[in-house]
Amino acid sequence: MKFVGVTSCPTGIAHTYMAAEALEQAAKDAGHEMIVETQGSAGSDPIPQSVIDAADAVVFAHDLPVKDAHRFAGKPTVDVGVKRAISDGPGLIAQAVAAAADFKANPAKAAAAAAAAPSGGLVTKVDSSAGLGTQIRQWLMTGVSYMIPFVAAGGILIALGFMLAQVALGENGAIDITKYDIVAKDAAFSIMDSFNPFSLTMWAALLFRVGVAAFGFLVPVLSGFIAYAIADRPGLVPGFVGGALAGTMGAGFLGGLVTGILSGLVARWISRWKVAKGVRGIMPVVVTPLLSTLIVGGLFVIVLGRPIKALMESLTNGLNSLGVGGGLVLGLVLGAMMGFDLGGPVNKVAYTFATTGITTAGLATNAPQFKIMAAVMAAGMVAPLGLALATTLRPKLFTEPERENGRAAWLLGASFISEGAIPFAAADPVRIIASSVVGSAVTGALCMAFGATSRAPHGGIWVLPLIGNFLLFVLALLVGVAIMAGLTVALKSRDHSPARANA
Amino acid sequence: MSLISESQVILDLSYPDRHEATRALAATLVADGRCTDLDLFLSDVRKREEQMATGLPGGIGIPHARSAGITTPSLVFGRSRDGIDWGAEDGPATLIFLIAAPDGGGEAHLAILAKLARKLMRKEFRQSLTDAVTEAEVVEIVEREVVNA
Repeated sequence: MKFVGVTSCPTGIAHTYMAAEALEQAAKDAGHEMIVETQGSAGSDPIPQSVIDAADAVVFAHDLPVKDAHRFAGKPTVDVGVKRAISDGPGLIAQAVAAAADFKANPAKAAAAAAAAPSGGLVTKVDSSAGLGTQIRQWLMTGVSYMIPFVAAGGILIALGFMLAQVALGENGAIDITKYDIVAKDAAFSIMDSFNPFSLTMWAALLFRVGVAAFGFLVPVLSGFIAYAIADRPGLVPGFVGGALAGTMGAGFLGGLVTGILSGLVARWISRWKVAKGVRGIMPVVVTPLLSTLIVGGLFVIVLGRPIKALMESLTNGLNSLGVGGGLVLGLVLGAMMGFDLGGPVNKVAYTFATTGITTAGLATNAPQFKIMAAVMAAGMVAPLGLALATTLRPKLFTEPERENGRAAWLLGASFISEGAIPFAAADPVRIIASSVVGSAVTGALCMAFGATSRAPHGGIWVLPLIGNFLLFVLALLVGVAIMAGLTVALKSRDHSPARANA
Repeated sequence: MSLISESQVILDLSYPDRHEATRALAATLVADGRCTDLDLFLSDVRKREEQMATGLPGGIGIPHARSAGITTPSLVFGRSRDGIDWGAEDGPATLIFLIAAPDGGGEAHLAILAKLARKLMRKEFRQSLTDAVTEAEVVEIVEREVVNA
């Protein structure tokens, strides 16, 4: 059999190593293979994750908490004090053999341990011995896996808020509800001041605003946990702060990918500095977070601030030159922009172009501005719905968290909450963005061609009464969704990356 | 500087208890500056012993500490014919290894102590130290098996 182990002791200079030697000798004498990670004062070389994954059982002989114990999660484990290993190595190996056999004989127990495993602490799915491409995917997947619950919770709350608002306030409910905020200048719209448990409107407003608050974390959590996957705890502060800045600057999830990876690399670099003994104690608490956050935040704002602004301006100018009468081409362009970065700068320019249009006073009900709004809304619904469909059709191409996110994405997509697609796009940007751009562009163009209109700036199916030519609107949407799902499945099927096998 | 020199070997260690024995062993580190504060080091060793006695099955005692009173990773070897109670369940210790490490300090030079600790688990190594006749022989064994291995 193959075993792995960890030894540690209070001083970290004697028992740790004696226990490791005792275990390795005992394993060898009994005809097994064993590698022990000595978490002592001479530094420890972490056992490669692939070796841990291949092990039949784990022996912890430790007087200190095992560092990064989550790496061994779900394995049959023998857990004793360090002295036991020194005095009775062969006995522990026999126990490990028994534990491994017991595990094999009781698959139910093994499954329970595996299921319980991820709750043992913050988990990263990173195998540091893998190639760079695989590692990057694993970094992104770690960030995504922490972001998904925020997407689901926030998105469903917002959708429920829209739904209730329609009931409470009539056909403009999903629009009027956004006037309410947790704290608003006008006390009548301030949930904090005026919440009334008997007012359906207030409940709708509360659900909506709490959902929006959850959405505020999407980019920071994505960025923070990408950094965490790269640099461990030192990555968290720059990752979260960088992500929050990316959010503030409207850089969207692509900005969050940048801040996450940058933060992780910077924090990892700084935490590996050889520093004087006196400084070492304050490195993890003060120096590393301070420097890495300053570097990442500063770089992001200074280096990317103007380019993002310039990009948005030139896109806006481009749209304005096409004009509201741009017809099918305009629909195609707006659709592609909506599908590109799902709430990022490009998406925002298209959305703002549409919403600014419909505020023009005295428009006829079939004015081009309303057609543009319909095209933009339909296109923005394509990505989450397309991915919901893709996860339903071909679940094996997606990770378990992605499949769960796919189920929530039905509701999010139907509510025109494009964020439902972000976890997929953040984990696999190239393929998902490519399929999303094509599907959304088709929907945008078709919607314009069909002449569907929308007098609502958001709300998806909840503002159905405000949409003209509703059936054609839905047809345009379905065509785009089908194309997007088909493309996603096709692109993902061609790639058998280990990232998914690991996740 | 190596781990051990002849002055750090006491082949006939006869003290009734482990604290006195430890003091005698530790005192050998003072003369050549390996230990700059004997009382501090002894109190650090004692703290470690109080956490859990360092006697091990097979007649081994490994008092040890990382201490600000120590400048160089060092080993002192003591052998007791009658044995000294070191808290092990199976009887007194006849081979005593006092391991001294500087507080903090780089990880690299502590690797030598890690190697020593691993060697202590080897029967052949222990037997050769039990059989050693002179201090020079002990030093030679440690140099060969640990330092230069």
